[in-house]
Amino acid sequence: MASGLTGGRGGNRGRPIDQSGWGRTAFAGFVSFLYFLPVLIIIITAFKEHTDALAVPVKLLPTTFFGLIPESYAFVPTLENFQNVFSRSFSAGAEAQDTGFARFFFNSIFIAGTSVLLALILGTVAAYGFSRYPLKGNDTYLFIILTTRMLPPIVVIIPVMLMFRITGLAGTYTGVILLYAAFNLPFTIWMMKSFFDELSPDVEDSARLDGSSEWSVFFRICLPQVLAGIAATAVFGLILTWNEFLFALLLTGVETRTVPVAMSQTIGGDIGVRWGLLAAIETLFLIPVILVTFFLQNQLLRGVTFGTVKR
Amino acid sequence: MVPAVIKRRAPPSAGDAPMMSSASLAERHASDLFAVRWNNWRLALLVAAVAVPAAIAVLPPSVSFWTAGSLCALVALTAVVAAWGRHTGGLLVAPAIAVLVTMNIFPLLWSLGLSFFNYRADRQILDFIGLRNYERLVTDPIVWERLTTTATFVVLTVAAQMVVGFLLAMLFSRQFPLRRYLLILVLTPMMLAYVAVGAFYRYYYDPTFGLVSQFVNMFTDGSFVLISSTTGAIAAIVIADAWMWSPFVMLLVLAGLVSVPKYLYEAAAIDRVPAWRRFWYITFPYVKGLLLLALLFRTIEAFKLFDIVFILTDGGQNTETIALYVYRQAIQFNKTSYSSALSYVLLFTVIVLTNLYLYLANRRSREV
Repeated sequence: MASGLTGGRGGNRGRPIDQSGWGRTAFAGFVSFLYFLPVLIIIITAFKEHTDALAVPVKLLPTTFFGLIPESYAFVPTLENFQNVFSRSFSAGAEAQDTGFARFFFNSIFIAGTSVLLALILGTVAAYGFSRYPLKGNDTYLFIILTTRMLPPIVVIIPVMLMFRITGLAGTYTGVILLYAAFNLPFTIWMMKSFFDELSPDVEDSARLDGSSEWSVFFRICLPQVLAGIAATAVFGLILTWNEFLFALLLTGVETRTVPVAMSQTIGGDIGVRWGLLAAIETLFLIPVILVTFFLQNQLLRGVTFGTVKR
Repeated sequence: MVPAVIKRRAPPSAGDAPMMSSASLAERHASDLFAVRWNNWRLALLVAAVAVPAAIAVLPPSVSFWTAGSLCALVALTAVVAAWGRHTGGLLVAPAIAVLVTMNIFPLLWSLGLSFFNYRADRQILDFIGLRNYERLVTDPIVWERLTTTATFVVLTVAAQMVVGFLLAMLFSRQFPLRRYLLILVLTPMMLAYVAVGAFYRYYYDPTFGLVSQFVNMFTDGSFVLISSTTGAIAAIVIADAWMWSPFVMLLVLAGLVSVPKYLYEAAAIDRVPAWRRFWYITFPYVKGLLLLALLFRTIEAFKLFDIVFILTDGGQNTETIALYVYRQAIQFNKTSYSSALSYVLLFTVIVLTNLYLYLANRRSREV
């Protein structure tokens, strides 16, 4: 499995044709560092005080490295911004108030978790069906399913808003979770189908010959083989839902608001240009994503293409 | 009844069986249609077909929705009971399809219907106006302007992504120490939220203390404001979007690069094939298919460009994309029907592109 990205196939050791040394590492490290710099600067900014975040010229490092770097380029790190994310005073001298971000983070986690779980249960079963019991016009169904995911969100959201307004689902957890479950379903089906398609049918056939029922073929033979795939799909779904903006903007109420929406309102909202605070929100928001990218590295390709490209 | 059933199970004999069975089948259908049983989905469908329009016509919307919903659930339940043990594939797929139909397909059909009316979400008028919405959007110069803006974005950002992504992939195509960890640094932007990336870049583009402005001010006098002209604003958005999605292209190209069999390179090395020929005749054929897929996928995604424009410029400086335009028409100006008609134009475009994408993806997976 690891071969897709890391390229390290067993037999290649000692063959210099696709190997490079530390020279390539140095160059690639420089390029990667530059590429990652926008994220890094945000994380650094999160530890700056308000005046340091707005300093010209920019203060880059938290220490002077024993006087190697001039004082004016260094700042004193602070955790103040992270406290301010959750409670701060909105005007000078006023008492600190709850900003609601604890709630927004809970909402993001809760909505993403529930909808992904729902999509995963329905989607895995459907993917198994599409993979093992092809219907008449199987490809057409799969195409329609993928199309619903490829559509611009705004196209889907206009009628959904009308529907939610009539049924009173707008602004409720139920409505948002249902919509996100539907949003994650096409992705889950395509991903899981690509995993099921890779299994060898011989194992299942021999299990059937030995008298296994269809239920135990699914639960005992197929599911255990795709557990890693299920985990990858789940984590991908979590990230997609965690990052999603437009549905959340239009369908969440005050109570069910998610972090991206709160963040977008913070940009133009009550704090004006308190970039340190915004950077702290972003840092908290990014940490899970960066961790996941690290652990999912070998499944990234399949994930970002909805399982249409495996390797 | 009993003999008929036994006869149907017995192997058909040449003489009487076909006649008997067709007659008894017709009889069975007539009597079965009105039998109240859990597997009689035809009756449930009939009841639903009569009762749903009636409920919508008579009852208030909030009640009729749930009535219609429960009747549909009844149809589904009876269909499941009828199909149990016979249509396994259909049963496995049905729940997912049901969710998609309620949350995606049905709303889309609804908005297709609305696009033939002059409905506005803030008013109570509902007149059938046929194709006039479509006629209006085709003749609306603003729509064409927004489509041109979107096309500009698509061309610029996809081109930038292809080039940067390809170069990054070439850099990472060989094994070297710490490759795995450096790769994560490059792949991270792809996984970030558009909102977060938009917020970063707003900080970097800030006129006074933004890093980009500070950098430019080192060489020039006076203040540098990137998002003050159309060109600058487009560049700002394209840079942010290309930064975010170049890793996607890299990932696909990399998959192509590592799939090239090593012996081809070894043979080429023995034959002293020059580097560019090696690239053109060995590497490129393996990457070509994936490059095309990346191009299409990114085109579809760039066509939907919304979030980052919303955060960075909010459509100012002539950067309003078609998705943002639809958003404004629908949400801010409440022109529900008109925006539904517009969104069908987007839908059609995406369907065509997706079809092409899947055709190529399938062809490739058959080759591999």
